[in-house]
Amino acid sequence: MNQDIFVAIEHLRGKVSDISYVMLAAARDLAQSTRGKVVAVLLGRGVQDLANNFNADQVVYADHPLLADFNPEAYQKTLASIINQHKPRVVSFGHTSIGMDIAGGISVQLGLPLISSVRNFSSGSKVISQICGGKIMAECDLPEGTTLITMIPGAYNPELGQSTQIPTLTPVPVSAFEGLRTMLIQYIEPESGDVDITKEPLLIAVGRGIQNQDNISLAEELAQAIGGVVCASRPVVDQGWLPTSRLVGKSGSTVKPKVYLALGISGAPEHVEAITGSDVIIAVNTDSAAPIFNIAKYGTTADLFDLVPILTQQIRNAKS
Amino acid sequence: MNIIVPVKLVPDLVEELSIDPAGTALDTAWLRMIVNEFDDHAIEQAILLKEKVGAHVTVISTNIEGVDDLLFTAAAKGADRLIKLTGDLEAGNNNHALAGELARIIREMNPDVILTGVQAHNDLDGSIGPQLAGHLGMPYIGYVAGVDVSGDNVIVRKEYPGGLIGEMQASLPAVFGIQAAEQPPRYVAISKVRQMMKTSNIEEFDLAALDSTGAPVVTRMFQPEVAERASMLSDNPDEAAGQLISLFKELGTL
Repeated sequence: MNQDIFVAIEHLRGKVSDISYVMLAAARDLAQSTRGKVVAVLLGRGVQDLANNFNADQVVYADHPLLADFNPEAYQKTLASIINQHKPRVVSFGHTSIGMDIAGGISVQLGLPLISSVRNFSSGSKVISQICGGKIMAECDLPEGTTLITMIPGAYNPELGQSTQIPTLTPVPVSAFEGLRTMLIQYIEPESGDVDITKEPLLIAVGRGIQNQDNISLAEELAQAIGGVVCASRPVVDQGWLPTSRLVGKSGSTVKPKVYLALGISGAPEHVEAITGSDVIIAVNTDSAAPIFNIAKYGTTADLFDLVPILTQQIRNAKS
Repeated sequence: MNIIVPVKLVPDLVEELSIDPAGTALDTAWLRMIVNEFDDHAIEQAILLKEKVGAHVTVISTNIEGVDDLLFTAAAKGADRLIKLTGDLEAGNNNHALAGELARIIREMNPDVILTGVQAHNDLDGSIGPQLAGHLGMPYIGYVAGVDVSGDNVIVRKEYPGGLIGEMQASLPAVFGIQAAEQPPRYVAISKVRQMMKTSNIEEFDLAALDSTGAPVVTRMFQPEVAERASMLSDNPDEAAGQLISLFKELGTL
């Protein structure tokens, strides 16, 4: 085994995902204590140029037509072979639709430990995960031998994962893929809604705390009074109370409004990662321990069902 | 079609969570356990497939408090077979240990499709689906919101960031990590669940010794340390509304 930190780069339709840069920044931090190299592992077809801005000592590049788009089996097979050959200290995957599909299988296949939802490293060999919807942190010692992790954003600045110095690219042979049982048929573009929530300066966001579909109108009346747009966290969209075009979070939109008013949103990591670019977050939640208060600038534990109608009325009064 | 749905109970995050005296785990004395929401969607997706193409649905969970309610509720929704895994669960309450045992039990059942939640909020050693697939030698696709079956093939909708969907095909048998069912998990009346308690049967399977190899050992569990928490406005709705109006004016949005 060596002391290198490998980063399984994620890219989608020609664009490197932000989590890849977060992982490169984290790897740089960890490599200082392991005294190893930062190695980016890039899989794809004709995408070596994507590696030009990686803050990495080396890029291991696997080029194959069947790696052009994410295929869980082909990616898993290729990465397992690279990991098995190099035996790095740590291999970092995104805690994402791509990384989570393959890290668990590689862990079982190669018999390697796996730690998920990792947010940061501390004191050289401590790994800290954020679990339970952002309410609990769990610290583990980095296990002996090659260890796999899946990372969430939040602790490392993705800009630190970029560099102007072009890293060394090492192509690796890709073994044949026979009998793949999964394949991509096509991408389906996100449905475009009546509004583009990524461009709105004032968002009124509703979460599980809104309780039922009828209550959505409370948020809509407020939005109409103040001149904002209603958006939602995952549970609300899964219930079908608002369309997917209004979804803010990991599988939905990342938003950067001037003001993000969060009504009844707990602040789970997959929602939080999509709103941290907001200028000001204001949270309304009766649970004073809700993680949303850890990132909001202002907050109140007033009940939204009492507060919102009063607020709407007062705004109407102020405007008339 | 034979569908297996492994599900788990997780702490209800609406309740206050506290850390045990050793400082390495949640204090279970005060925990209220509920079904993992993604597993609830996996059950719904299984029932939807049963209604669309016909299927035999087995729901499996481990024997912790609340499991009977969970299984009878699944039966009331349409699950055909209920299994709870009994044994020493304290020894290795992690997905690596559970995946190995689930694989041993599920292999015997000759499944066509395994549906399980894409993750659970208390997973610390990865989610169960990909590990189960690894043990069973089946393909895995996660973040799935929509499953269609035609013959030996399944077409799923896999979610990517920004609302992008990857439509993917998989040959069966396969494991899918469900992010969301095609429709919200159905509601069933308590009376129907009670009726299931009388008429349906929960089979008990013994777990062999759990092997936790591959799962990390927690050395410290704590609540997030926050650099700067929100400055709190009044908790009185009238006062808070007034403060918010001033804030909106200050921020130029009113």
